Amino acid sequence: MREFDLVIVGGGPAGMAAAVSAREHGLENIVILERDSELGGILNQCIHNGFGLHTFKEELTGPEYAERYAVKVREMGIPCETDTMVLDISKDRIVTILSRGRGVEEIKARSVILAMGCRERPRGALNIPGFRPQGVYTAGTAQKLVNCEGHVVGKEVVILGSGDIGLIMARRMTLEGAHVAAVAELMPYSSGLKRNIVQCLDDYDIPLLLSHTVVDIKGKEKLEGVVIAEVDSKNSPIAGTEQFYPCDTLLLSCGLIPENELSRNCGIDIDPRTNGPLVDEGLETSIDGVFACGNVLHVHDLVDYVSEEAARAGESAASFVKRGCTADDTPAIKVTALNGVRYTVPAEIHPDDLLTDVHIRFRVTGVFKDCAIVIKAGDTELLRRKSRILVPSEMLDIIIKKEKLCGITEDITAAIEEV
Amino acid sequence: MYDVVIIGGGVTGCAAAAELAKYQLRVCLVEKESDVCEGTSKANSAIVHAGFDAEPDTLKAKLNVRGNDMIANLSKKLDFAFKNNGAMVLCFDEAQLPELELLKEKGWKNGVPGLEILTGEQAREKEPRLSPDVKYALYAPTSGIVCPFEMTLAFAENAFENGVEFRLDTMVTGIEKSAEGYIVRTDKGELETKAVFNCAGVYADKINDMAGGRHFGITPRKGEYMLMDKDAGGTVSHTIFQLPTKMGKGVLVTPTVHGNLLVGPTAENIDDKENTATTATGLAEVKAKSALSVEGLPFNKVITSFTGLRAVGDTHDFIIEESLPCFFNAAGIESPGLTSAPAIAEMLRELLSAKMNLSPKKDHKDTRKGVVHFAELTHEEQNALIREQPAYGSIVCRCETITEGEILDALNRPLGATTLDGVKRRTRAGMGRCQAGFCSPKTILLLSEKLGCSIGDIRKNGRKAVQEDA
Repeated sequence: MREFDLVIVGGGPAGMAAAVSAREHGLENIVILERDSELGGILNQCIHNGFGLHTFKEELTGPEYAERYAVKVREMGIPCETDTMVLDISKDRIVTILSRGRGVEEIKARSVILAMGCRERPRGALNIPGFRPQGVYTAGTAQKLVNCEGHVVGKEVVILGSGDIGLIMARRMTLEGAHVAAVAELMPYSSGLKRNIVQCLDDYDIPLLLSHTVVDIKGKEKLEGVVIAEVDSKNSPIAGTEQFYPCDTLLLSCGLIPENELSRNCGIDIDPRTNGPLVDEGLETSIDGVFACGNVLHVHDLVDYVSEEAARAGESAASFVKRGCTADDTPAIKVTALNGVRYTVPAEIHPDDLLTDVHIRFRVTGVFKDCAIVIKAGDTELLRRKSRILVPSEMLDIIIKKEKLCGITEDITAAIEEV
Repeated sequence: MYDVVIIGGGVTGCAAAAELAKYQLRVCLVEKESDVCEGTSKANSAIVHAGFDAEPDTLKAKLNVRGNDMIANLSKKLDFAFKNNGAMVLCFDEAQLPELELLKEKGWKNGVPGLEILTGEQAREKEPRLSPDVKYALYAPTSGIVCPFEMTLAFAENAFENGVEFRLDTMVTGIEKSAEGYIVRTDKGELETKAVFNCAGVYADKINDMAGGRHFGITPRKGEYMLMDKDAGGTVSHTIFQLPTKMGKGVLVTPTVHGNLLVGPTAENIDDKENTATTATGLAEVKAKSALSVEGLPFNKVITSFTGLRAVGDTHDFIIEESLPCFFNAAGIESPGLTSAPAIAEMLRELLSAKMNLSPKKDHKDTRKGVVHFAELTHEEQNALIREQPAYGSIVCRCETITEGEILDALNRPLGATTLDGVKRRTRAGMGRCQAGFCSPKTILLLSEKLGCSIGDIRKNGRKAVQEDA
């Protein structure tokens, strides 16, 4: 059986950054397992720009951002096995993999980093009534067909959900000559970034219908149109507001779900709020030596934060292996999301064993204006940061200095307070 | 000149084709869609009913019990998924006990073995998630679950391999009496035949009218369903019914044979034979009614919803008859039609044998091998398969662990898939929690390579002719 110090599941931005960091922290025997035929993950289909402003201080396209990391991986000589699917990860870190060349194979991992990314919420999970014709795609599937296969999926488009991929695809379809009639969003606020609303909708006069949803899909074999209605404060459609939009394409951008089938089968504890593993400050899951980072852990807004988080996972895996693969048994304190905070990553911290400052990443539950982010340990305030506006589409990243956490025994809370 | 033209490639028509293929007959099956299993057969509860709720002495009662008896064996010979999981019919009110006893009595008359009335506690012992409001339950050990796609495809492929001709994408437009039998007119030309089997589902009344048989009407009865993720598949292990009403067996909660959880159907008579749209009210009704049977159903795990149309005949029994000389109807095949299909096929063959000499085919093959399910094999078997065909080493559908080898098999086998839904029904690629989000671009590429067309021409389902006109 082949043995590795670190097996990284997924060669997207998280997997590559984790590999680079693990090597920088001294791990030699690493392998990246990637199901696609090349590294890069979902970035390969994101041909628009706007990536890398934080990491590289310049604006790159998705494939360019991926290439920067792929080059590092190559230069460091980190082995990658592409066209390789991980079928199973056991508690004792035996990883079952499948490829054409090697067939089904079990390999032994001293540590594992989960970097499988996320998937889109499909039409079925949204329970939109109506027919099930050709012409209904998740935005990412359409993006893959348009950008990678050169197949423009339609001419008259309606988009449900204002997630970032939907916004990007509104612009992309317009540039490909299609007409995007509207983007309907169930919530009274967009789930996409402000810059995408400006650059992808406003610049092309595409209307964003907040508090609207699709209530019917017409056309038995091919999509003929959708009915959009306004919703009330309980998200229920308001009778009489229905409007028919003829279209041949409906794109769905209604949320992303971390892909944790492998993690669940491995017995890793999952946070129902993020659908990602519960992790500590080193991004270690409930199974010793198994770490998680990127969109498999929680859905990020910017890839730059994925890379940063993944670097931490790589460092943690390296120290786990160097420690002799033993668990961190110093006492842990909980991190709890309170008022206005939907979740926190990490969910626990080991204050006596901190390698670095601690990032607390989270999203807010709604739009908050003139407020403050408050992090406390018990009743002691560790940090208070004022903000003019906080929106759910942005992931927040608060750094607490290592020194501030040293010796703390009370649980930590994160909350939004009005000012 | 054909001996028999079968109109309709649903489970009834395909089972009839497989049955006739055992004899020295020239048989052709005509289907208006581009694949078999495109109508009622693809959208139903997928239950192999025990047979206790049909009125005694009806065809439904007789053929249900016979079909139930046949399916386990057929599932082995023709390689389709079947599981005998047992069923319960719940009652929530002491006062309804006599109705449950009546049901048991009917079952006894119909020849259903093993029926037993359980108290609420006994029922919950077998099925812990049942509602505490359940007072009694009728337990039917012979009830089962089946994959309706695989079952229909198994009959079709077995018929094809034994010489039945399939004309897909071919719509019947008229039927005329001729000197030797009938001329079946289609949008792709005329077929001369000695006999006709009308297995046209919700359109069986129209086909019967074309031939001029004694008139009957078929009303489509809409049934809406929700299918949940495999995570929820273990919520119940039996098929859970409520007391039947005059509109049918009511809303059920059942595991599927592939491990998902299915809830539904509603029952609403409609006019439009093509209206397979789900509705907000229908889905809300499914939620509300299924929640009465089982506690804590995880509706956040719904991965898709769909509508099927039951073909309800106005006689309220199956209409299986020689309506005109050598023109046979198999109409009004609503529930328990899936269960009854092999028995209906037998009955049609018996009716035909009164008119035509049926001599058995010597080289008839009574087994069929389905698409391999890679994920269910041992590592040794998987590796053997990959050595033979490396495409089994590539996963295309992540959610259901379906390999490229399986998809290629679905494209290349007899009556191979030509649409995305065709691949899905043959392999389960795209049936998982992402609902084809990741695998459809790859499946589209494989289809376009196989069919030699551009990826823009790959269809999800339906009639090729209609889409080309559009």
